Amino acid sequence: MDTEMQTKMKIRDLKLWYGDFEALHGINLDVYSDKVTAFIGPSGCGKSTFLRCMNRMNDRIASCRIEGQMLLEGSDIYAPEVDVVQLRTHVGMVFQKPNPFPKSIYENVAYAPRIHGLVTDGPDMDELVETSLKKASIWNEVKDKLQQPGTALSGGQQQRLCIARTIAVQPDVILMDEPCSALDPIATAKIEELMDELKNDYTIVIVTHNMQQAARVSDYTAYFYLGDLMEFGETQQIFTAPTHQKTEDYITGRFG
Amino acid sequence: MHNKADNFLHQGVHPRKRKRERADARFHFYGLAAVSLALGFLVIFFIDIIGQALPAFHLTEVLVKVHYTEAVKSNYNKAIDHKLSRIVGRSWLRSLPMKIEANPALIGTEEELWIAADSRVDQYLKGHDGHGLKNKYRKIVDKMQQQGKVRDVFNWAFFQSGDSKLPESAGILAAAIGSLFTLLITMLVAVPIGVMTAIYLEEFATDNTFTRLVEVNINNLAAIPSILYGLLGLAIFINFMGVPRSSALAGGLTLALMTLPLIIIATRAALRAVPESIREAAFGLGASSLQVAWHHVLPLAMPGILTGSIIGLAQAMGETAPLIIVGMMAYIPDAPGSILEATTVLPAQIYTWSTESMRGYSERTAAGIMVLLTVLLSLNALAVKLRNRSEKNW
Repeated sequence: MDTEMQTKMKIRDLKLWYGDFEALHGINLDVYSDKVTAFIGPSGCGKSTFLRCMNRMNDRIASCRIEGQMLLEGSDIYAPEVDVVQLRTHVGMVFQKPNPFPKSIYENVAYAPRIHGLVTDGPDMDELVETSLKKASIWNEVKDKLQQPGTALSGGQQQRLCIARTIAVQPDVILMDEPCSALDPIATAKIEELMDELKNDYTIVIVTHNMQQAARVSDYTAYFYLGDLMEFGETQQIFTAPTHQKTEDYITGRFG
Repeated sequence: MHNKADNFLHQGVHPRKRKRERADARFHFYGLAAVSLALGFLVIFFIDIIGQALPAFHLTEVLVKVHYTEAVKSNYNKAIDHKLSRIVGRSWLRSLPMKIEANPALIGTEEELWIAADSRVDQYLKGHDGHGLKNKYRKIVDKMQQQGKVRDVFNWAFFQSGDSKLPESAGILAAAIGSLFTLLITMLVAVPIGVMTAIYLEEFATDNTFTRLVEVNINNLAAIPSILYGLLGLAIFINFMGVPRSSALAGGLTLALMTLPLIIIATRAALRAVPESIREAAFGLGASSLQVAWHHVLPLAMPGILTGSIIGLAQAMGETAPLIIVGMMAYIPDAPGSILEATTVLPAQIYTWSTESMRGYSERTAAGIMVLLTVLLSLNALAVKLRNRSEKNW
């Protein structure tokens, strides 16, 4: 491990219940700065649930209850004084299905900076929209049609627009919940390429069902199984020399 | 060399195929028959109503010589030839003393005027024989017709006046204005309350016993017979709050009670139709609940909300039962000047006319139905148009 490696998020003994059902049984995990961490595991293992804990999207589910610590740069994001709105500007999220707002491409990117008062409309906003779209590698494709609806783009372009929209608030962490599962291989390749660039500036956590994708894009991999974190380590180690038999069975495709 | 495909391709028509096709054809026929039957009833209904209503849109006028004298002030019959007193509409005759009062210079002059004929004359000329018009008057009318002193004109009075005890001057205007006032009250009360309730229940409320209770009750309220809302309106608005009886305010508030559950249900359906992914996207960017609802969910749900509200209001507009109880089913000839004055509404006016025995009123009943249907169909067309627009934007 690098000596200068920094921990962005530190999760200690995180448990989560949906009503009486315990979905996560005490997760301990470190997410390192400016790296890509992949969560893998069979369906229903809790990896998406866990990802959604990281920017408190689970707050919207009434029956959901959480115990344990989820530290972002040392402070607990579940502390009572934490403003969820502020948290989500630091920890952005990209979803499984591309979900641009049914507004113009420009508006999609400008929306969040505007509601958070980061930038006022005008040349500053134009610049922010442009840099965000450039960072998401979609500027060249949309620069001539910024006023057209974002929903008219192709699936892969929509997903990159969603990434641009997330980048626009300058988050520290970007959570990606199976961002390529609704995309074709070419669009997927573009997103993966983009992740590689983005990790210079952002900490990325990605949930994926695609083993090859996890192996390709991530620096660290966490293997979840039935609400437990079975194994966590450098991706290369997980894929070449897993410690647990379960992990090996899963990544070699014996089950899951 | 024998494979399965060969077998079934060379077997000829399979018996199950024939059976299946017959069943399909039968099903097709039943569906078509049901649609034709429904359409048939609709066509019969429209032909009947329009056929009955058309005569109400034109009116007989007669040319009479009017003498303005001092005596007319005390006896308006003296203004015209006494033979014509049964032929000319009485409401015009009754207005003569006031006309002279207002303009004394008229005294001593005379003029020839086209005056709306009495309803019996009108009916006689429209071919409805034996309707209370005596033979001697029929002869006078026939003679006037030969002299060109009878003409058939469009019945503007129907759209320019309120109810009357004389069919020839009974019109729809007062009821239409009453309906407009009532509907405005209903809209101003039911739409904001209904939409806000739905937004709260759908976007903000947590799922607990209380909200579930509210939900069940709203759904039940939509199924309550409308006359019960009339009783509720009477008890709350008129008896308790002291709203004037028969007023547009009392009727509008009562109809608002009735429309509220419909608007809430329609709005909730519209909100629920907004994809969850849009909410997630907005929440994920750090939008607050209010911002998510206001910036993203409401604009997308708006066409659905408008459609639901318009259909709810259209139903309120055609409602009669609750208005009986709050006193709007009455003979009210004048258009209301304010929401506190006694008024009637279109369906109530139609009902009032339908209970009158004179033939002129049955025409006006059908004409009133046509006016009401036109308004309702326009409202529904507007709702459909909004719905189509929403599909385009999606």
